[in-house]
Amino acid sequence: MTAAALPTARAAVDRGSGPRSQGPAWRRRVVVLTFLAPTIIGIGIFTLGPIVASILLAFFRWDIITDPEFVGLTNFVDVVADPTVRVSFINTLVFVVVAVTLQIAVSLALAVLISQRMPTWARTFFRSVFFFPLILSAASVSIIMRYLFNEEFGVVNWLLSLVGIGGVPWLTSPTASAVVIVLVYVWQQFGFTFLLFVGGLASIPTEVYEASSIDGATGWRQLRSITLPLLSPTMLVACVMAVISALQIFDQPYVLTRGGPGDATRTAVMVIYESAFRQLEFGRASAIGVVLMLLIMGVTALQFRLSRRFVFYQ
Amino acid sequence: MTTATVTPPAPTTRAAPPRRSSRAVPTPSTVARTAFLVVAAALTLGPVIWTVSTSLRSPAESFTLPPQLIPTDPDLTPYIQVFAQINMGLLTLNSALVTGFIAVGQMLTAALAGYAFARLEFRGRSLWFSLVLATMMVPVQVTIVPVFMIIRGMGLSDTLLALILPAIPTAFGTFLMRQYFLGLPVELGEAASIDGAGPWRTFASIYAPLALPGLAIIGILAFNFHWNEFFRPLILTISEQNFTLPLGLVSLQGNMGTGSISVVLAGVVLSMIPALVVFLFGQRPLREGLTAGVSK
Repeated sequence: MTAAALPTARAAVDRGSGPRSQGPAWRRRVVVLTFLAPTIIGIGIFTLGPIVASILLAFFRWDIITDPEFVGLTNFVDVVADPTVRVSFINTLVFVVVAVTLQIAVSLALAVLISQRMPTWARTFFRSVFFFPLILSAASVSIIMRYLFNEEFGVVNWLLSLVGIGGVPWLTSPTASAVVIVLVYVWQQFGFTFLLFVGGLASIPTEVYEASSIDGATGWRQLRSITLPLLSPTMLVACVMAVISALQIFDQPYVLTRGGPGDATRTAVMVIYESAFRQLEFGRASAIGVVLMLLIMGVTALQFRLSRRFVFYQ
Repeated sequence: MTTATVTPPAPTTRAAPPRRSSRAVPTPSTVARTAFLVVAAALTLGPVIWTVSTSLRSPAESFTLPPQLIPTDPDLTPYIQVFAQINMGLLTLNSALVTGFIAVGQMLTAALAGYAFARLEFRGRSLWFSLVLATMMVPVQVTIVPVFMIIRGMGLSDTLLALILPAIPTAFGTFLMRQYFLGLPVELGEAASIDGAGPWRTFASIYAPLALPGLAIIGILAFNFHWNEFFRPLILTISEQNFTLPLGLVSLQGNMGTGSISVVLAGVVLSMIPALVVFLFGQRPLREGLTAGVSK
């Protein structure tokens, strides 16, 4: 991979038209090589090579100890046939739909609200607060939330008890634990799409709003007819990035529930981890990884396709 | 350590926001909007404030309800006990080494490759560049099994290098630096080469210094990501002496979640401090980096 990765050296273009020749051709090759080598070799070994290896490994059964055995499509069939793997993919897809919808709704609402008239210090304050969870580790956040959502001594149930709601088994009931995963994930992630929307809103010219105000358009009408159409390119990017990130969810369910109760909060990446590093089924783990990669690419392509109908470019 | 610390004085330089209501007296809808923002801010800050104040309660008291938002009787024993229960010093050192080497390594390699893609001429340049870009889309979970094998083959299993080496080559950083170098005037380099400077000299004395703000973005993003990352350390390290902070804290909380709350939270608070420093002083580059390549 490494030697083949550098035929560019051959290329050292003889342009001769530059301000001054940069020395003989071989010297220019060496220069290009030294600039590129660390990145190209590194990406070759640690990203491109592993992608190819993953795809190949997906057709084998391998436990590291004995020799790999070619098993054809068995590992891929498992993704559909094995109940745990299947449920994990379904969980992941449901999670993506619910979490991304909530994340986009919350962050869009907050971005629109923060763009209203307010003192600069207030805007800076709110923006910093909404941004803050992004700098924390998902593991730490999950540690904190695990205490807050504890059934007996958690603050969430204590607050609910004040309004007369009895102890919710947040981390031990299948539905409630799925809800917790969504809430904890969105709590930490909404700041990212919020930033995108704030940037998108700032790029909408003020004159458009002024003109429509003169024509008598009020808040909701402006939101529907001006803000949302002009924000649609940002919306596409926000959705694409939020979906890609949500499809990879791992840290929160690993720390909060370990995938349980049962398989209720097991996700695709958790199954990759467990197949490879718990059950030593490296081929199956690779197959699940390949399916996840195809899913990410497919869903992204689908969003760009659908966007042609909804996105409005100025 | 509470609300005051999360309001950096960074002035907004964005264009004036659209004005919806230009009346001086707050209307009911303005009040409702502001209330919504305040509630959202409270929900965002609440868990953080609870974490800090609970970490200051005595370990025995930390389970008791109601929660305290401001500790009435601050107690530092959790901060002492966390050092006794896990090796916070070593965890912090490991995290700092891993994060530091990755950040510096990414800045160096991305500066070089970004410069080559922006300013050096060679055949297949755009082809190589799109190949690098294509790897940006592939999540780490897909490549982790072969990466684990390669690390094992290199004899680096269960070392900090296993975390550092694979994270240094950065497609995103290369992309960012290429854009950055493309934005710098080409005349500077031409002038330098007329004066007899070779490509290395032109890069090192003219362009690299001008690209420092771009490099800062890469460094801060790398710090934020790798200081907090959990998945790779979980797989690539085995013995506790090679754990990074998130891993150590999760194991302190324990499978059953029974670790003493205030002690675990003291560790969480300590692990947040470097991230908080970056937040206070590097929020702007961090924001720009996170949204880079998104807004055209």
